[in-house]
Amino acid sequence: MILKEHLQDLGKKTLGLLKYVGAISLLMADTFSKLFVRPIRANQIVKHMAKIGVQSLPIVSLISFFTGMVLALQSAYQMQKISAEMYIASLVALSMTRELGPVLTALIVAGRCGASITAEIGTMKVTEQIDALRTMATNPTSYLVVPRFWAMLLMLPVLTIYSVIIGIAGGYVIGRYKLHISHHMYNKMTFQPLHNKDLYSGLLKSLVFAVIICIVACFEGLNAKEGAEGVGKATTSSVVRSFILIIAADCLITALLYFIGR
Amino acid sequence: MIEIINLSKSFGDNKVLDDLNLTINDGETTVIIGRSGCGKSVLLKHIMGLMRPDSGQVLINGKNVCAMEEKDLNKIRLKFGMLFQGAALFDSLSIGENVGFMLLEHTNTPQQVIEKRVKECLALVGLKNIEHLKPGELSGGMKKRVGLARAICMRPEVVLYDEPTTGVDPIMGDAINDLIMELHDKLQVTAIAVTHDMKSAYKIATRIAMLYDGKIIVKGTPKEIESSKDPVVRQFVTGAAIGPITEAAGMKDMIGKVN
Ligand SMILES: Nc1ncnc2c1ncn2[C@@H]1O[C@H](COP(=O)(O)OP(=O)(O)O)[C@@H](O)[C@H]1O
Ligand SMILES: [Mg+2]
Repeated sequence: MILKEHLQDLGKKTLGLLKYVGAISLLMADTFSKLFVRPIRANQIVKHMAKIGVQSLPIVSLISFFTGMVLALQSAYQMQKISAEMYIASLVALSMTRELGPVLTALIVAGRCGASITAEIGTMKVTEQIDALRTMATNPTSYLVVPRFWAMLLMLPVLTIYSVIIGIAGGYVIGRYKLHISHHMYNKMTFQPLHNKDLYSGLLKSLVFAVIICIVACFEGLNAKEGAEGVGKATTSSVVRSFILIIAADCLITALLYFIGR
Repeated sequence: MIEIINLSKSFGDNKVLDDLNLTINDGETTVIIGRSGCGKSVLLKHIMGLMRPDSGQVLINGKNVCAMEEKDLNKIRLKFGMLFQGAALFDSLSIGENVGFMLLEHTNTPQQVIEKRVKECLALVGLKNIEHLKPGELSGGMKKRVGLARAICMRPEVVLYDEPTTGVDPIMGDAINDLIMELHDKLQVTAIAVTHDMKSAYKIATRIAMLYDGKIIVKGTPKEIESSKDPVVRQFVTGAAIGPITEAAGMKDMIGKVN
């Protein structure tokens, strides 16, 4: 009996998830179909780029730098045992480029900017501003989603590259001044194992994450329910759901690239 | 002409509109009266195509807006203006940008002309020198008037007013009534106003319709409504606390208490 209930519950949840993915895909398709429709709102795109990109720099710097340092320190325990400290440089460079740079940046931006997009659009929804937009013959997707989408798509890869560089710098500080690896050696061990493929896979991830963050945030905002409480709930689910989807997409892309690469 | 035919809409178990029928003639001001929460705003949103009904149609010049694509709806919406109950000003834009929004979005009007028109529209609702402010800096009554200015900025053929005088002081309320009448007299605007302010309804209406229990229970000229014998209408227009409306509602409350 209990098993049956659990199975039913599982079925319901799976159905709910599928419905959600379906609804999100619809908004995504709608957004893609309007990406190049005039007018291109350059002013708004730039405004959102500043919000997403420039204003995220401090926190991205902080987190990436310390992640690079921690990565180097943690691996130092093992590497020192086998006198292979110089490989720490490669390890930091590879994991920042392929994995940590894109994922960390995406999580930061989802928490910082995704939440604020949801709160902004959600407030517009519950105060009937979205309805007003529609009565004024302006499509909410073109007016609200598309500029944010462009901004996110352009800024997240840039932030990701920046995060990788800062992370490598963090590793360098430890490698150079704690583990006393020479500058020349660290440089060589950083760039030698890095191939274009690693760079592309990092960038591909960040593009996919940008789509996820923006679409989930806008979707949650546009579907916020009445009142301040509704906006709060929408903001929470925006962050939680984009985190889940980011990690899921990360697994999927990593696995795909792994099998393609073989 | 706007024809609403057998329109029904429920939210879950809450049946808000129930087989509602109403015809709105061109050039008239139709006032829809009814208690708070009876579905007046929901009705207006169906006319604008913002909500889709469970069944029924809204015909605007013979075309059913309920089955229309967003793109075709937008063509109709360009000729409509709507004042929202809560004004619904865009709070990321300044007052000037709010009022001139449609001109900027949908026409190639030069910036100076837009600014001039915005000034005119704001002057019509008794406001000046506030173009640069943000909606957050205005009082509720002022927001409503800006909302009204925004609704008429494109010189629409049809204007929908959702409680135009609620939340503004009585003097300004009367000024808004005068403005609605002026638009009607001078520009032959078709207007649909929703209100529970009877004084305003009598003043501006060519026809008054009463929404009760999801249906239009009576429609007539202000005189006819004033002298109506229907007990429900009588209670509403006289604003009596005791009568068939409160009895129907009160019964439910009592049952709720016994349980
Ligand atoms: N989007 C919505 N979702 C669920 N219920 C709604 C929605 N909009 C309105 N309602 C319900 O419909 C009823 C009528 O609301 P409304 O049209 O706003 O009343 P009013 O006549 O005061 O304008 C209310 O009971 C309200 O709770
Ligand atoms: Mg209302």
